[in-house]
Amino acid sequence: MAALIEIERLTKRFAGFTAVDDVSFTVERGEVLGFLGPNGAGKSTTMRMLAGFMPPTAGTARICGADVVDQPVAAKRHLGFLPEGAPTYPEMTVAGFLAFTGRIRGFRGGELTDRVAHAMGLTQLEGVRLQPIETLSKGFKRRVGLAQALLHDPPVLVLDEPTDGLDPNQKHEVRELIRRMAPEKAIVISTHILEEVGAVCTRAIIIARGKVVVDAPPSVLEERGRSLDDVFRSLTQPEAA
Amino acid sequence: MGAALTVARRELAGYFATPVATVFIVIFLVLAGALTFTLGNFFGRGQADLIPFFSFVPWLFLFLVPALTMRLWAEERRLGTIELLLTLPLPQWAAVLGKFLAAWAFCGIALALTFPLWITVNILGSPDNGVILSGYVGCLLVAGAYLALGAAVSALTRNQVIAFVLAVALCFVFVAAGSPIVTEFLDTRLPVLAEIARNLSVAERFGGFTRGVIAARDLIFFASFIGFFLFVNAVVLDHRKAD
Repeated sequence: MAALIEIERLTKRFAGFTAVDDVSFTVERGEVLGFLGPNGAGKSTTMRMLAGFMPPTAGTARICGADVVDQPVAAKRHLGFLPEGAPTYPEMTVAGFLAFTGRIRGFRGGELTDRVAHAMGLTQLEGVRLQPIETLSKGFKRRVGLAQALLHDPPVLVLDEPTDGLDPNQKHEVRELIRRMAPEKAIVISTHILEEVGAVCTRAIIIARGKVVVDAPPSVLEERGRSLDDVFRSLTQPEAA
Repeated sequence: MGAALTVARRELAGYFATPVATVFIVIFLVLAGALTFTLGNFFGRGQADLIPFFSFVPWLFLFLVPALTMRLWAEERRLGTIELLLTLPLPQWAAVLGKFLAAWAFCGIALALTFPLWITVNILGSPDNGVILSGYVGCLLVAGAYLALGAAVSALTRNQVIAFVLAVALCFVFVAAGSPIVTEFLDTRLPVLAEIARNLSVAERFGGFTRGVIAARDLIFFASFIGFFLFVNAVVLDHRKAD
């Protein structure tokens, strides 16, 4: 069976610069891919193209075999996506917002209620279910975004900085959640917290200036240097002139 | 279509969850009432119809509708929710149509709330209620035309002030195109253009509805006007959603 996520020679050029340059990789079921890189390296752009938000300049991305450009709706059905910053509609309540995304995904009636309740359970949102999202703290907002991505139990999860803004306990919970779901899904998380890669990822890709510089399991990375930090710095710093 | 209605429902609830709805409806009703009774000479003209009210609607909407549409896509961009909405499994046209339908239904609610005027003329005289209904249909179609145009402009820029000013200016072009100043000017110099201007004029088409004439060609005009700008909206969105 083909990998759940297939990215082939994906390229995105903006006026004057290339944000993502000829990136290829695949993610199989059971893999948790840590997508690492300095700010502006092209992590979010790659994820946006994979999620079908931005059209690639060249190359293709497929989710469960569906091309994100040619069959966007089919590809998106199999995808749970947490965009950068976990955007949500501030005036909606947590339950209302999740019901909205569930309804767009085609759930109705009792199934919709169950899905919303289940997603809130996974992300510990039951206590705030009727609060408008704008009144919640940053950590809760992030979890609402996460709940939205998990609602339909998708085979593919793409999470852009899922633990950003969470306190250490919440980070731990989100990582536990990702670890628990990992065996049945293909998961991509972007982060610049290196410990997270060691904690949850089975594989790490480091991207710098739009290019993949390393694609290896975290353990192999650590063998190459004293720590992940050192490896990251040595690989992503611009070459000395 | 189901997805479009889900989006529309969320949007419409959004209007009422924020002060947008109250401010818009109150200002519309106050201005419509004031203009109808003062400049429109509602009582003095001694006729039981809503012509004085209808004649101001295209001009009121000219400023109020762009105020509604300027935030349509700009707000999604500001909050980043555009990335969420457009990565949900719905075709892009459904998002465009859903937003349009919500704004249109909202304008319909604002129009429906002018019902005291209708009650007043029915108490004071015996108006032709068919003509009044046709006038309201015309108002709704004018609102739809402005909304489609304004929404397309809003997809073009993330700056709400630019979206507002551009939408007002473009709507004005389509209102003024049929006014005597424009058509007489064109008649003497470029008669061909004068005919085109008259045919493209929203106000000219609207006039028929206020006289109780619902002509197929006018309905087709509004339907294609709205359809065309919704299409433009979807195309623009496709190219500039990430900007």
